[in-house]
Amino acid sequence: MSVEDALADASAKPAGKRPYFLNPEVERVMAITMAVAQELAVARDRLDTLERLLESKGVVGRAEIETFQPTAQESADRGLWIQEYLSRILRIVQQEGEAVAHTARGDVASGDVAAEMQRED
Amino acid sequence: MNEMKPTGHRPLLKNTPPLPEGPPDYRAVGRHAVFPETTHDEISRLNYLAQMNRHLATRVMPFVKSAWEQRVEPSLEGPPKDRHDVRRALSGDPLFQTWSALRRMTMEQRQQAGRWTALRQAEFLAEKAAELTDGDPRLFLDASVKIPRYVAAVDHHTMPGSYHTERFPGDVSAAANYDHAIFATTGGLLGRLTDGAGRGIVRWLSENMPDFAPRRILEIGATVGQSLLPIAAAFPRAEVIAVDLGAPVLRYGLARAKSLGVKNVSFVQADGTNLARYEDASFDWVQTTMFLHELNRGSMRDIFRECFRLLKPGGIMLHVEQPQYAPEMPLFEQAMRDWDSFYNNEPFWSTMHGIDLDALMAEVGFVEEKFIHGGVTAVVDKDIFPDAADDETEDYGRKAAWHLVGARR
Repeated sequence: MSVEDALADASAKPAGKRPYFLNPEVERVMAITMAVAQELAVARDRLDTLERLLESKGVVGRAEIETFQPTAQESADRGLWIQEYLSRILRIVQQEGEAVAHTARGDVASGDVAAEMQRED
Repeated sequence: MNEMKPTGHRPLLKNTPPLPEGPPDYRAVGRHAVFPETTHDEISRLNYLAQMNRHLATRVMPFVKSAWEQRVEPSLEGPPKDRHDVRRALSGDPLFQTWSALRRMTMEQRQQAGRWTALRQAEFLAEKAAELTDGDPRLFLDASVKIPRYVAAVDHHTMPGSYHTERFPGDVSAAANYDHAIFATTGGLLGRLTDGAGRGIVRWLSENMPDFAPRRILEIGATVGQSLLPIAAAFPRAEVIAVDLGAPVLRYGLARAKSLGVKNVSFVQADGTNLARYEDASFDWVQTTMFLHELNRGSMRDIFRECFRLLKPGGIMLHVEQPQYAPEMPLFEQAMRDWDSFYNNEPFWSTMHGIDLDALMAEVGFVEEKFIHGGVTAVVDKDIFPDAADDETEDYGRKAAWHLVGARR
């Protein structure tokens, strides 16, 4: 079995039509969000294991983590990382905001540009 | 187990219990030779899903009940006639919709998680199963067995491919997925080896029929044999036969049984509605466990008829199932128990729980004076796993407490 087959098969739809309880658009986003929530818990669990192992081996104590004081530079680096992260995940909010001005300036759809240019040609 | 040490993650509240209620860590689940290997992330995923199911049952579902009582039922023009009226009315309520969407998604995530774990090592598991079963007369596969419409139409409990789909010759991944990840749904209520129901049946027998000493035992719809192994272990001199439609579960079942040291079970591919391979009056006991709800009425009647034919005089037929919808069961509870029928690919759950099983037993020849009715709860290792008998949580249709219905021939 190829990896591609296994990946597709693992997420396969069971025989039988899927019931929807909410608007399909909402339920689709919710299903993706819940899968991501699961994966966050999985990543968090791994981090927890790592912290406990580091502590049990005397490398880094958990109290050290809880009371960690970043330097000013480290705080700035971390703040910048959060800003980068937020702008990445909230991309669509920014773009929908920019769309207000773009629309006012006469934004066009890509598919319409060729037709528009053809008229001008 | 490690001693519980308070860590920075525990709330400082005075009543924080040292061991909170809920599912145990997945690492407590018992393993065997064909049990799939699980990574740290895969274990975390199953732990998360078990906790999610518990959260839905204990923290979300009660709101559905209050929504029914406080706004759905009062808004109806007349009292609901049956559970279907209740379900239809509930289906428009936002709380029911949210709970249902989350419950469905959690089941889909459980299947995805378990299937990836099984599929990514499918060939390796098939090799291990083959090593344990090749040439063993206790495995009898019959490629001529057809998968009937009541099994093939929709994949039961939203498990893609159900129990019978083989992805390549010798594949056991369907069984490996079912066996190792059922924990996400049961939260450990069926115990270390998912055998709590079988152990419960053995306890029921020892309390109610202490002299019963079966020599030949049949389970129909046995899947991987998880409920049958404690029965076989309790009667080590009995010849025990597990019948199922699906080759993957049978192959895996024998490998699993051998690896767990249970030697007296054979795994046979056959359709329970036609067990002509076995003679009349050749069994002391025919068992089904959480199986009747997978059957339409016709196949159930045919299976009951086969049970009657196969039993020796004095032999017993026992079926362990979630409780029937008795008239005294509130319609709200019936509607909630029906959820799996409409939203989790258990097409016959609703009709099966509504029919008169006593009448069906009488129809195939059992006599009323010899009917058996009882109750069974899962028997688990209580130091690690939650005991259904002490558990107040109601997760309609998923609790490890069942009715026992049957008859003596």
